[in-house]
Amino acid sequence: MVALTVNGTRHEIEAEPDTPLLYVLRDECHLHGAKYGCGLGQCGACTVIVGGEAVLSCVTPLLLLENKEVTTVEGLGTIEQPGPMQQAFIEEQAAQCGYCIPGMMMRAQALLGRNPAATDGEIRAHMEPNLCRCGTHMRIMAAIRRAGELMQTSGRAASADAPQRAG
Amino acid sequence: MRIARFLIIVVAMGLVGLGGFVAYAWESEIDPIDPPQRTAFDPALVKHGADLAAVGNCNVCHTAPGGKVFAGGLALPTPFGTIYATNITPDPETGIGRWSEEAFVRSMREGVDREGNHLYPAFPYDHFTRVTDEDNRALYAYLMTREPVRAETPANELPFPIDQRMVLAGWKLLFFDEGVYEADTAQSQTWNRGAYLAEGLGHCGACHSPRNALGAVRTDAHYAGGESEGWTAYALNADSPAPIPWDVDALTHYLHTGWETRHGVARGPMAPVTQNLGVLPDTEARAIATYVASVMREPTPEKRQRAEALLAAETAHPPGVQVQSAGSQTAPVLPADAQRGAAIYAAACSSCHDAGRPLPYGGLRLDHSTAMYGPTPANPINVILNGLPAPEGERGPIMPGFAGSLDDGQIVDLLAYLRSTFSDRPPWEDPGPLVARLREAGVEAGVYALDSGSAAPANPSKQETTW
Ligand code: FES
Ligand code: FES
Repeated sequence: MVALTVNGTRHEIEAEPDTPLLYVLRDECHLHGAKYGCGLGQCGACTVIVGGEAVLSCVTPLLLLENKEVTTVEGLGTIEQPGPMQQAFIEEQAAQCGYCIPGMMMRAQALLGRNPAATDGEIRAHMEPNLCRCGTHMRIMAAIRRAGELMQTSGRAASADAPQRAG
Repeated sequence: MRIARFLIIVVAMGLVGLGGFVAYAWESEIDPIDPPQRTAFDPALVKHGADLAAVGNCNVCHTAPGGKVFAGGLALPTPFGTIYATNITPDPETGIGRWSEEAFVRSMREGVDREGNHLYPAFPYDHFTRVTDEDNRALYAYLMTREPVRAETPANELPFPIDQRMVLAGWKLLFFDEGVYEADTAQSQTWNRGAYLAEGLGHCGACHSPRNALGAVRTDAHYAGGESEGWTAYALNADSPAPIPWDVDALTHYLHTGWETRHGVARGPMAPVTQNLGVLPDTEARAIATYVASVMREPTPEKRQRAEALLAAETAHPPGVQVQSAGSQTAPVLPADAQRGAAIYAAACSSCHDAGRPLPYGGLRLDHSTAMYGPTPANPINVILNGLPAPEGERGPIMPGFAGSLDDGQIVDLLAYLRSTFSDRPPWEDPGPLVARLREAGVEAGVYALDSGSAAPANPSKQETTW
């Protein structure tokens, strides 16, 4: 059994130690934000935040997560009260099919959580591992930039699990 | 009285010595020219120069991250301080637009700039001195026909007295052996071509040979292994740690395409090298391979035996499953750290590295990996932390990085397992501080996008398990 915290809630998971975090999130915690794209760490659809860093949950086994803090896209806000990253993606309408978007948001969140004033160059380099098949890249870039502005102006939610913890 | 006279003599001798040294160190300026017209150069010569520049890997040092090609500005950390690569576009003010061909050839041969300043050997003129005049003229034609970019090179950050370029004359006196490559008539033409490229423009020894305390390549330890940007450059002589010994064909394939079935992919600072070599006809890679293989010599009977055992195991089982141990039938009991590492390997690494999917898209069987046998764990640490970034805009191999999910202690455990399971070498000594240091350096430290693997089979998802 492994104990881990997801979006502020503690879970005790009964699963094989090599179970990927992605399966734990989707099947045990019933959080369906993180998506299965390739299962090989090559697309970024499954990106979540562990201890402030963006990780690919499909290649992160449960074994490594004892007592670690995991944040998924559900932890960034709620439908009623979207966090700045979510707000920015809504405002910029940055989605086509939307499959890559939770992963995009989480990777961007890891960067802006450290530095909401990241430059375009820094954003591009940081987002490199995440793929989008629909070609939404320019809107995604615009949304990340806007999220940085929202974080700076509202002074809130630079941290990954604000504004409100979803369970 | 006697003492005073003695002092006067000493001071006088010192002054004469200093004067002599200054006279020795003095290099004249070569007159500036008006930047030549692009049309002044023969297109065939320009093309030849482009190929040579690829061998020289010029674009890699002379381009800053995200900057214009050849416009310089890349910070090169050295044990003595930071040196900035210069702008070698034909911009008249900030580049080499006012350099005559004579000035360019002199810089390559003697390590002196147009104005007569000695150059730091971060510019590997200890190798480039071997390049022929003819090839230097082609390189000049190529560089002078590039887009001029106005980009001031930042000032070097070096302490006194190393910031005094005059000092370099002394360095050259001690370590610099000037002169064009001389063919070894006892060897084949291909071998000589390879030696000329490897020792000259290719400057392989700049990374693959150790350096002395004053930063000079040690001629007594040719290709004995060195270091580059936080990565270990493995020995290319008889001490090559590769578990499956290299031969001419394998080296040719690796140098030309950036990967080889039983040795893995070129990564770190080697990735752009093979990328550059890949644009040339593979005869150039074969020439270099011929020379390097001869420096490595024929593998010893022990090495050959080990390789045969590994190749036999290849068809029998995935590498992570059965622990190989010299001769014993039972799997050895692993120490505690390696046991924890084994669990991490099984959960995080095995699904790719034991899948039997062929390279370059599959993970290398780690019992074939030179990195497991290396003198330091720097390369596996870099790869575990940052993965292998995919080539830009092309299909190619990729490995995800684990910096976010593995902490330093977990990486140390994993290394203990990898080393004890996949090599016959003693454990790496206390890799903890190195893990912390390389994590700190992050992707800034010599992490380059991989070569495209363009010569790979067209159906990358096809599974070809051999057992
Ligand atoms: S599903 Fe994890 S990277 Fe593609
Ligand atoms: S929006 Fe469809 S994959 Fe990105």
